[in-house]
Order: sequence, then structure tokens, then C-alpha cells
Amino acid sequence: MTIAVKPTQTGEPLFYLADEHPHPEGYSTSLGFWIYLMSDCLIFAILFATFGVLGASYAAGPAPKDLFDLSLVAVNTSMLLLSSITYGFAMLTMQQNRIGQTQMWLAITGLFGAAFIGIELTEFAHMIHEGATPQRSAFLSAFFTLVGTHGLHVTCGLIWLVTLMVQVWKFGLIEANRRRLMCLSMFWHFLDVVWIGVFTFVYLLGVLR
Amino acid sequence: MSPDLLKLIFGRLGIESLPLHEPIVVGTFVVVALGGITLLGGLTYFRLWGYLWREWFTTVDHKRIGIMYMILGIVMLLRGFADALMMRGQQMLAFGGSEGYLNAHHYDQVFTAHGVIMIFFVAMPLVTGLMNYVVPLQIGARDVSFPFLNNFSFWMTVGGAVLVMASLFIGEFARTGWLAYPPLSNIGYSPDVGVDYYIWALQVAGVGTTLSGINLICTIVKLRCPGMTMMRMPVFTWTSLCTNVLIVASFPVLTVVLALLSLDRYVGTNFFTNDFGGSPMMYVNLIWIWGHPEVYILVLPAFGIFSEVTSTFSGKRLFGYTSMVYATVVITILSYLVWLHHFFTMGSGASVNSFFGITTMIISIPTGAKMFNWLFTMYRGRIRFELPMMWTIAFMLTFVVGGMTGVLLAVPPADFVLHNSLFLIAHFHNVIIGGVVFGAFAGIGYWFPKAFGFKLDPFWGKLSFWFWVTGFYLAFMPLYVLGLMGVTRRLRVFDDPSLQIWFIIAAIGAGLVFLGIICMLVQFAVSFLRREQLKDVTGDPWDARTLEWATSSPPPAYNFAFTPVVHDNDAWWDMKKRGYQRPLTGFKPIHMPSNTGTGIILAGFATAMGFGLIWYIWWLAAASFIAMLVVGIGHTFNYHRDFDIPADDVIRTEDARTKLLAGAK
Repeated sequence: MTIAVKPTQTGEPLFYLADEHPHPEGYSTSLGFWIYLMSDCLIFAILFATFGVLGASYAAGPAPKDLFDLSLVAVNTSMLLLSSITYGFAMLTMQQNRIGQTQMWLAITGLFGAAFIGIELTEFAHMIHEGATPQRSAFLSAFFTLVGTHGLHVTCGLIWLVTLMVQVWKFGLIEANRRRLMCLSMFWHFLDVVWIGVFTFVYLLGVLR
Repeated sequence: MSPDLLKLIFGRLGIESLPLHEPIVVGTFVVVALGGITLLGGLTYFRLWGYLWREWFTTVDHKRIGIMYMILGIVMLLRGFADALMMRGQQMLAFGGSEGYLNAHHYDQVFTAHGVIMIFFVAMPLVTGLMNYVVPLQIGARDVSFPFLNNFSFWMTVGGAVLVMASLFIGEFARTGWLAYPPLSNIGYSPDVGVDYYIWALQVAGVGTTLSGINLICTIVKLRCPGMTMMRMPVFTWTSLCTNVLIVASFPVLTVVLALLSLDRYVGTNFFTNDFGGSPMMYVNLIWIWGHPEVYILVLPAFGIFSEVTSTFSGKRLFGYTSMVYATVVITILSYLVWLHHFFTMGSGASVNSFFGITTMIISIPTGAKMFNWLFTMYRGRIRFELPMMWTIAFMLTFVVGGMTGVLLAVPPADFVLHNSLFLIAHFHNVIIGGVVFGAFAGIGYWFPKAFGFKLDPFWGKLSFWFWVTGFYLAFMPLYVLGLMGVTRRLRVFDDPSLQIWFIIAAIGAGLVFLGIICMLVQFAVSFLRREQLKDVTGDPWDARTLEWATSSPPPAYNFAFTPVVHDNDAWWDMKKRGYQRPLTGFKPIHMPSNTGTGIILAGFATAMGFGLIWYIWWLAAASFIAMLVVGIGHTFNYHRDFDIPADDVIRTEDARTKLLAGAK
């Protein structure tokens, strides 16, 4: 957008654009999506704060040491981190307009994401089986809610990913689809960053505590 | 049918859920039902459904969405005010052994509903509606950044309002006070549907609010016309920007807090319980981390309105534009550093309380700066006492009183005495009515001719003004006195007969405000009937200063035939002064977004899902959720969301205006 305004030939000030072009489609999308992500970040911030307050309220129930299997969490973390890398590959191939490879990398990203969700659900099922349910203590309520909210976001990301793959398949790598892939990319990496926080503050510090 | 099957179909909703034993509610229902049937019948008879659907419900035009927000706000004001009258009546009567006419069960719902409705479904829609209508015009834009999202946000707000209204006739509303503190709001003490209505109404509406916040930030940041740098934005646009930043940075907190409360209620987690390590105090902290910015969300746009009105009706450039902007930004930041003053009595200790007491007092500095800016704008101005200006002066007097009692409350030791007393009630009504409501009325009076092409009738407006202002003082000054005498809030019956006179005065005040509201409705009707006499064809009835007055009234769908170019803070004033000539030729097709019904459909499903969750009708909740997913994803397969207004249409519209303007001279 040009802020500088030239006077017209007669020296009269210019009060309107006689020859203008509409803003391109999706002109505000990246900014809007970025602000949305920040509002989502705030949701996680509050959940982290909640966990910070309640994270040691075991109510004589199980503590992180009794529950967390760090090697499993390490595998899970690698799934998510790898999915971020593969999403990056999808974006690189998208830039080169190689539709087949883009779709392939997106599919691989989806598989890693699904594996992450699968492992997380297994972990949850195991904990619940041991009696460490969300109802057992405030610590577990906060744990399941924080980690579960992240998992729910990844699930939404997966649904979105599949939708976008269908749209790329039907309409190709058109401008609108590129923009959408870009938004999902931000979303996906954002979830990765949040997970680093979860891994550090919930699992690692939990076991150390 | 077997009880199990009934339970599967209807959840916990049964014939006994209808409040048939409450004559007041039944009477209200009859009146509302009759009114509703008349309205629906009228719309059908005059064949208006198609028109409403095509031109209003599915519209993505920020102006129409803005108007719909205002209508929602005014309709809900009637409901919220009915609650207020009931409370004033009850407290006036319930002396000397009398129980009044409201039982405790009903009274507790009334005060909760009053607070929730007035904040979320009156003040918020009025403020959002004005921002929606005015901001794109003020920055010379064609629409907001995300027009479809705007429509969706509006209908989500309506969805929340529908749930609150449904609670009046199906089941009950929360009996917890407007912020639903646990453990009272937890399942053990509130096992019925009231709190669930509260939660889902706010969650549904909250999604709309957050999204509209994102939308307006993007609009202001990205769509300003050439020449409009940040420090040339009209003050209303500045306050809107800050308000929307506050919305995006605070509503997610409310979303999380309510989600955690629902988990406690539905799943049995222990966030805010008394046992198993839960902490009810965390709820109070978290909800006020949203709640305090919320009051600035409401009042900042009102400050913006007063700034526009003061400079227009004083015929002067706003005094201290830069300091006004910085004051707004400082208030925005400080609003996050004061939340604890809502519960000094919780026992956070002297240091914490002092910190929050001092930050609270500091907020009065930028607010005071604004007050002086308005005064200096008026100083030596040629003041025209039109209605918006009258509201502004009433605001300046009233808000200063409210602000000073606020500073009194900010002193922790004083707060220990006044906490939860009627002094507090008087204080926040003093600032919210004196600030937000008067601001909304000033804004309505100021921009009404822009939206409809004719002014509001001044006689009924002045009548309404005087009833409102005197009514306000009569209704709330006694509460200061009662608060100082130690009367706490939310009481239903009283023993001490010496208090009664103050409640009688307060009730008389509420009655005057009631007359003020009636006069306002009459004002709308009379203005509509006299629209030919009150007509304004110039598009600039007040000789105003900002860009929204450069276009016609009402503005065409595309707002400006050519995107304006701005050279000054008061862009339109500058254009008028320098002999701006309206372009008469060279029109081109204009690219605009197309209408869509997806927003209202999605919001309808969201409301149905809320209803299902409230009543444990799980199939309904699940089906609505899936329907939302399907419709939402389906919408993303529509890649053709805009169209061109042909140049011929633009020429026809602009020529019509040229004729009108020529006729006016």
C-alpha cells in the first residue's frame, strides 16, 4: 500500500484514487491467522498456568514419577517433531509447484500426526487403567486437560490436513490452496512449539520434581 | 414410553422443567409468545422473510451487520432492564416481614441474568455494532477484512442470547451471580441446568466476540486508505483497535475458565473443587483476568465516541490527539495489571494488595488526561447542544463521580469495608451506565443519520435524556448511601426499616429510567414517521470531521465509489476546507464479497449443540457438532466468494446522489 500521496498535475491535492485495484484475495489472511494463533496461544498459556498451580496437588494420588514413561514420551515427541519437518518439505515442494510430492509429504505428515495421537491415547488409556483418571486429583485434571487440549488441536489439524489434501487434489495448487496450506503450516508448527513446552514443563520437570 | 427411552431422547428435559409454578414467568411467557406470534405472523403476511434472509440474515455488509448488532443490543436491553425493575421492586417491598413478590429461587436467577445480559448481550452488541458500522467507513475501506467471519460472529452472539432467553422459559438460569464463582457454581451446589445455560450461552457468544475482535484488528491494520497513517486515524478507530486487541487478548481466558468449569461439572475433574487439590480461588483469579479487561473493552469505544462527538459539536479539532492515543494505549496495557482489586478480601497479603491498589489508582491518570482533553476541546469551541453532545456532557459529569468512587475502592483497607456492598454496585453502574450506556446513546444519536439518512427526533430524545439522567442519579446515589451503611449486594429481604426509604428512592429512579427507555423507543418510531422532515441528503448533517461523513447517508454497499486519500487527522474537514469536489465520472466496477447463509446455519447448529449439552441430550449435541463440521468444511469448498458491482450500477447510485445533492442546494 502506498502511503505517500503525490499531488495531481494541476497542483490540487489528491482526495481519491481514480485508478485503484482491489486488495488481492486473502490480503489480510496471514495477519488474521497469526492473531488467531496468538489467541490460541493464550488458551495454552492459561492451561499451563493452571497446571503450574495445580501440578503438585496429587491429593495422595499418583505423582508424575509413578505415571510418566519418558521413553514413550520421547518417541511421541519425535513423531510430532518429524511431522513438522515433513510439513516443511511439503511447503518446499509446493513452492516448486510439484503437486504429487506435496501431496506425498502432506500424507506423511498426517501419518506422523496420527501416530502421535495414537501413542498419546495409548498413554492415556494406560494411565486411566492404573486408576490415574482425570477425576483422581487436581494434578491429573490439569494434566489431562493441558495434554488433551493439545491432542485435540492436533486432531483438528489432521481433519484440516485431509480437507486440504482433497482440495489440492481437486483444484490443484491454486493461490487459495497455497494460502490455506500456509495457514495450516503455521498452525502445525505452532502445535509443535506448544508440545515442546508440554514435554519440558509437564513431563521432564514432572519426573524431576 | 419407557423412562430410559425418554431420557435418551430428551435428556433431563421434561414437562416439569417448564416453570409453570412461577406465575410471573408464565405471564412473561404469554406476553412474549403473543408478541412473537404477532411479529412472525406480520413478517409472513407482508412476505418479508425472503427479503430479510437475502438482504439481512445472510449479509456480509459490515453496515448491516452493525445495525443488526444494535437491534440485538436494544432488544436485550429491554430484557435486562425488566430484570432490573424486578429487583428494585423486590428490594423496595421486602421490609417489615414482607417477603416481597419474588421467591429466593427466582430472585437469584433475576440478578444473575441481569448482570450477564447487560454485559454480554447489551453492552457488547452495542459496542461491537458501533465499531462494525463506523470503523470501515472511518478508515475509508469497503468492508472488514473477513466479511463472512463478521456475519458468523454476529450470529454466534445471537446464539448465545437465544440460549439465555430460552433459560427463562425452559428450565432456569444460574443462581450464582454473573461470574458464577465455584464452589457454588459447581455441580454439588448447582446441580440443575442454570449454570450450564450460563456456560454455553457465554461460550457460543464468546467465539463470536473473539473472531470479531481478530476481524476488526486486521481491518484497521490492513485496510486503511492511502494517507491514513496510524497517527492520522480518528480517535474512535484508535479506541476500537485497542478494544479489539483487548478482546483477542482476554476472551480466550474466559473460554478456558468456562471450559474448566464445564469439565468440573460434566466430567468430574477437580479444578475448582474444595477437595482433591482443586482451588476455587484460581477460578476467581482467572475469570477476573478476563473480567477486568472486559470493562475496558466496553468503555474504550465509548471514549472514542465522546471524542468524535466533542470535536464535531465544538467545531474544533480534538485537543491533544496524541495524548488521547497514548492514554488509550496506556489504559489498554494497565487493564491487565489490576484484576486482583476485585477480591482484595481474598487474603493475598499486604504486598500483593498494595501492588494492585496502586496500579488501579494509576489507571485514573490516563483517564483523567482524556477528561481534560475533552474539556479543552470544548473550551472556546462553538458548542452545539445537540443530543449526542448532551449525552457527552452527562457522561463527563457522571463518569467523574464513578471514577472517584472507584479510586476510593482501590484503597485496600477501604475495600475491606466496602467489598460486595451496594457502594460497589453504585460504583460500577456509575461508570458503566455513565460511560458505556451514555456513550452508546451518544453514538446512536450521532451516527443514526449516517445509517438511515434521517436524524432522530430531538424532542423525544431530550425527554429520554432527562429521564435517563435524573433516573440514573435517583436510582444509584441511594445505593452509595446504603453501601456506606453496610448493606451488601444481592439481598432479597431486609429487617432494618430505616433502610427502606433509600430503596424506595432507588425504585423511583429505576422507574424514571424506564420512562427514558420508553421515550427512546417512541423516539425511534416518531423519527421513522417524520423521516421526510428529518431527512438529510448531504450525508454530513452535523458538519463533522471524519471520513464516514464524506459518503452518502445511508452509504452505498461499497461505501466509497473511489477509495479516499487522506492528508489530515480530520480528513473530511480537511477535504471540505480545501474545496474537495465529489467525482462525477470515471466510475469502475467494484469488487465486493457475496452474501452467504453459512454463518447463520453454523451458529444455529452451535446453539443447538449448546442446548443439547445443557439438557444432556447427547444425540442432539453430537449431531449438531457433526453438522457444524460438515457445513464448515463444505463452505471451504466454495472458492467463489465475491463478485463485481457493475460500473453501471455504481454510476446509477452516484448519479442519484448527485441529483439529491443538487436538490439540497
